[in-house]
Amino acid sequence: MSETRSVVVEREMPFPAEKLWRALTQPHLIAEWLMENDFVPAVDHRFRLRGSWGSVDCKVLEIEPQKTLAYSWDAMGLESTVTWTLTPTGAGTHLRMEQSGFRRDQAQAFAGAMIGWQKFFAKLEEVLEGSVP
Amino acid sequence: MPSVHDQLFRTLADPTRRAIFERLCREGEQTVAALTARAGVSQPAVSKHLGVLKQAGLVRDRHEGRQTHYHAQLGALAPLIDWTSQMAGFWERKFDQLENLLRRMDQ
Repeated sequence: MSETRSVVVEREMPFPAEKLWRALTQPHLIAEWLMENDFVPAVDHRFRLRGSWGSVDCKVLEIEPQKTLAYSWDAMGLESTVTWTLTPTGAGTHLRMEQSGFRRDQAQAFAGAMIGWQKFFAKLEEVLEGSVP
Repeated sequence: MPSVHDQLFRTLADPTRRAIFERLCREGEQTVAALTARAGVSQPAVSKHLGVLKQAGLVRDRHEGRQTHYHAQLGALAPLIDWTSQMAGFWERKFDQLENLLRRMDQ
C-alpha cells in the first residue's frame, strides 16, 4: 500500500559545481532548461513551475550551496520530492537527481498526463497509418 | 500483443473520446452529466464514447441512484507504457537541456 518509488538520473557534467549551482537556482536559468518559475533559494519558499501541460507546486526543503538542493514536487496527484546532489569530480561535477516518495498509481497519473501522451499519440498515428502489424 | 494495442489505440483515436478519457485521468471520477457539460457533444454521444472506453477496459462505471459515475482505469494502458521509465525519460531530456544551457553559459 505505502510502497513508494523513485526515479534517479545521474550524469557527469564537464562543468564546475559553481556553474551548475547557478543553473539550478537562478530563475531565468531554470526557465531555460526546466520550466518557467518563481524560484527563490530559501528554505520553505513556495514556488511554481509552469509547463505547457500544467504546473507543479513546489517548496524548497533543503539547500546546501553547490552541494544539495531539495524541493517538493506536487502535480496532478503526484506528491514527491526532487533532490539534486552535486559531487565534484576531476573533470567537472557528478550531478544526481532523485525524484522520490511517490506511489505507483501517482506516477501513472502524472506520467500519463505530462509525459506519456506525446509518445502515446506518436504510436497512435503509426497504428492509424497502418505501419504497425 | 498488437491486437490489445490496436484496440487501445483505436479507442483513443477519436479526439472527443480521448478528451473524455484524459479528463477522467486528470480529474478523477465524474458523472455523465458533468462530462457532457464540457464535452461539446450531446449526452447520448458522451454515453456512447464511454461505452467504447468501457469495452476497451479504459474506464469503469459505478451506479449510484439515478447517476452513473465513471472513472479511468490507467492500468489498462500498462501494456503500452512503462511509467517509471517515462518519468526517467522526462528527466533525461531536462538533463540534455541543462547541459546545453551550461555549454552556452561557457561562451
